[in-house]
Amino acid sequence: MSHASPQTAGAWTPAQIQEVVDTHKSMPGAMLPTLHAIQERFGYVPEAAIPIIAETLRHTRAEVHGIISFYHHFRTQPPGRHVVQVCRAEACQAVGSRQLEAHVKTALGVDYHQTSLDREFTLEPVYCLGNCACGPSVRVNDEVHGRMTAAKFDRLVERLTTMVLEVE
Amino acid sequence: MTITVYVPRDTTALALGADEVAALIEQAANGRGLDIKLIRNGSRGLSWLEPMVEVATAGGRMAYGPVEPGDVADLVDAGLFEGGLDHPLARGLTDEIPYLKHQQRLTFSRIGLTDPLSIDDYRAHRGFAGLEKALRMTSQGIVDEVKASGLRGRGGAAFPTAIKWQTVHDEPQGQKTIVCNADEGDSGTFADRLVMECDPYMLIEGMTIAGLAVGATQGYIYLRSEYPLAHRIFNDALGRAYRAGYLGNDILGSGKAFDLEVRLGAGAYICGEETSLLESLEGRRGLVRAKPPLPAIEGLFGRPTVVNNVLSLAAVPFILDQGGQAYADYGMGRSRGTLALQLAGNVKRGGLVELAFGVTLRELMEDFGGGTLSGRPLKAVQVGGPLGAYLPESQWDNPIDYEGFAAFGGVVGHGGVVLFDDSVDMGEQARFAMEFCGVESCGKCTPCRIGAVRGVEVIDRIRAGDAAEANLALLADLCETMVDGSLCAMGGMTPFPVQSVMKHFPNDLTPRQAQPAGGKPC
Repeated sequence: MSHASPQTAGAWTPAQIQEVVDTHKSMPGAMLPTLHAIQERFGYVPEAAIPIIAETLRHTRAEVHGIISFYHHFRTQPPGRHVVQVCRAEACQAVGSRQLEAHVKTALGVDYHQTSLDREFTLEPVYCLGNCACGPSVRVNDEVHGRMTAAKFDRLVERLTTMVLEVE
Repeated sequence: MTITVYVPRDTTALALGADEVAALIEQAANGRGLDIKLIRNGSRGLSWLEPMVEVATAGGRMAYGPVEPGDVADLVDAGLFEGGLDHPLARGLTDEIPYLKHQQRLTFSRIGLTDPLSIDDYRAHRGFAGLEKALRMTSQGIVDEVKASGLRGRGGAAFPTAIKWQTVHDEPQGQKTIVCNADEGDSGTFADRLVMECDPYMLIEGMTIAGLAVGATQGYIYLRSEYPLAHRIFNDALGRAYRAGYLGNDILGSGKAFDLEVRLGAGAYICGEETSLLESLEGRRGLVRAKPPLPAIEGLFGRPTVVNNVLSLAAVPFILDQGGQAYADYGMGRSRGTLALQLAGNVKRGGLVELAFGVTLRELMEDFGGGTLSGRPLKAVQVGGPLGAYLPESQWDNPIDYEGFAAFGGVVGHGGVVLFDDSVDMGEQARFAMEFCGVESCGKCTPCRIGAVRGVEVIDRIRAGDAAEANLALLADLCETMVDGSLCAMGGMTPFPVQSVMKHFPNDLTPRQAQPAGGKPC
C-alpha cells in the first residue's frame, strides 16, 4: 500500500485494484468492505474493477454491477475534489432545506449526481446525517456542517476553493 | 491549579464549530498563563446548546452554550475559567438545566460526562458492571433478567427483546451471531449516533452480554456510511476494548469469547430493515427476505442471529447491573422502561430527551422543546421517522407508548419527533413520503416499487387540480394496496404519512383554486 506520490482520484491500475480486493477477500461477506476500500482508495469504483471483484469473490459480473448500483454510496465516476451532500430528509425540510437545496444547486451550477465543470464539486443528495436538531445539514467530504444558510454555504464554498488554490 | 474544561466532540458539536472553539479556549488559557485540561467529552444531548462548553468548579460543572468561535474571547473575559455566570451564554450548573434535570436517563446516564474513549471514565460511571455480573450468571439467567425488564426493540418494531434472545438461546449449539442494527436512517433520529460517538463502550458491553446470553461468539455492527465520525470513534473504542481484555478469546479472564466488528452500510435506507441488513452484511443487494424463517433461526449466513437496534443493546448494561425490575419500574402499560426521544426539525430546543414511556407529545414539544425555532405556531409533528404519520394538534395529548400510539395510527418507531411550523405545505410532505420510497425501495415487491412512483404522479395530479376528486380516490386506493400488499415496512408504512395528510390536512393536498367548500373526505 505504499505510494511514492499521493494517490489522485481517478488514477488506478488493475494490479492496485487486485491488491485491494485480495486484502479483503477472506472476510465473511467481503463484498461491501471490498467496494468501500476501492472507493476509499481511488475515489470511485472503476468499471474495470467489476471483473476483478467478480473473479476473486466468485460472483458474476452482473451481480457485482447490481450490487454497486443498488447502493447510493458507491459511485462509478471519479468525483470532484469535494463531495457536497445536502440533507433532503424531513427534519431538515422543516427548517428550510428545500430553499437551501435550490441555492446550493445554483451556487455550484450543478444538479444532484453531477460534478462541476472545474471538477471542484460533486453534488449528492443524502437522506439524514444525524444532525436533525441543528439542521439544515450539509456534509462536505467527511465533515458535517449544521444550521446551514445560503450565506454560510457561500462562505464555505469560498473557503474550500481558496484552500485548494493555496495547496497548488 | 489545573482547570478542567469540556468541549464536546460529537457530530452536532463539530458541525457547529466545536473544534475551533476548543482551539480558541486553549489559546486563551495559554495567553493568560492558565493551566487547563481540555477534555473532548461526548455531547450531553442538549443539541440546542451545542457547542456546550463546561468548566469544572467546586460546585459542579458549569455550562455555556451555544458557544460560537466568536464568543470565546468574551466568555473568557467574563470569567469562563472561574465558572463565572456573568455572560448571556452562561447556563449555570449543567445538572440543574431543566431540560436535563427533568429527564430520566437510564441508558444515557453517562453521555457527555465522560471522555468517550476513556475506559477509566466508563468504569468510574458503572461501566462494565453489567458485564461482570453477566459473566457470573448462566446464559438463561441473563435472558431471564432481560425478560424481567420488559425491554422491547427500540428500532421501531417493539418486539420483546428477550423473546428473540430466548429463540436464539434455544437453538442448538453452533455459530450464532449478534448483529447490531446501527443503520439509523430515520430522519429526526440521532440517538444511535450519540451512543456510538459519546458512550461506545456501552454498546460493546451490551453486545457482549447478548453474546453470553445466547451463546454467540461473533458480533457485527452494521453502521450507516453517513456517520463517518461514529465509525472512527467506535473503531477506536473497539481497539481499546480488545487491548483491555473486554473483547476477544478470554473476556476478563473468564475463558469466554466474543469478537466484534463494524461493517459499513452504503447509503441504502432499506438496509435498516433487518433481513435486508443481513443480505447486505452477506455481501449482496439489500433485498428484503420473506419471513419466516426468522433471523433468530436462520439469520446471518443461515445461522441463528439476534438482530437488535443500538438502543435495545445499549439498554442491556443497565438492566444487568441494576436488575430487570429496576428498568421495568419505569414506563406504562406494556411499554416498559425509558425511550430515547429525539426532538428535531423546527424546534427551539432540540436534542435527546430520555423519559419513561407515558409522556405526552405536547409536554415533550412544549416543556422540553420550547415550541418551534421559527417562533411560528406548530402545525404538525412527524413521530417515528419517514414512515410515521404526521400528527395534528388533536393528537398531541396522547401519552407516548407503543399500544397507545398504534391505536390511533401513530408510530413511536425509533423515537424521532420532527416539528413543523405553519409554513409547511403538507401536500409537499405527502409527496416526499412517496418520493423517498421510490428512491429507497429495494424493488423486490411490486406495491412498494411501483406504488411509490405512481404515488408521486397521483399526488402531482391532485396538486395540479387534474381530476383531483378521482385522483384522491385513486390515492386512497393505492395507499391501501401498499399497506396490505408490501413485503416489509418500507412499502407497508410509506402510506402512513400520506394518509395522515389526506385525513388531517386535506386542504394542503388540494389546489387552492379547485378546493371545494367543506374540505375533503378521505
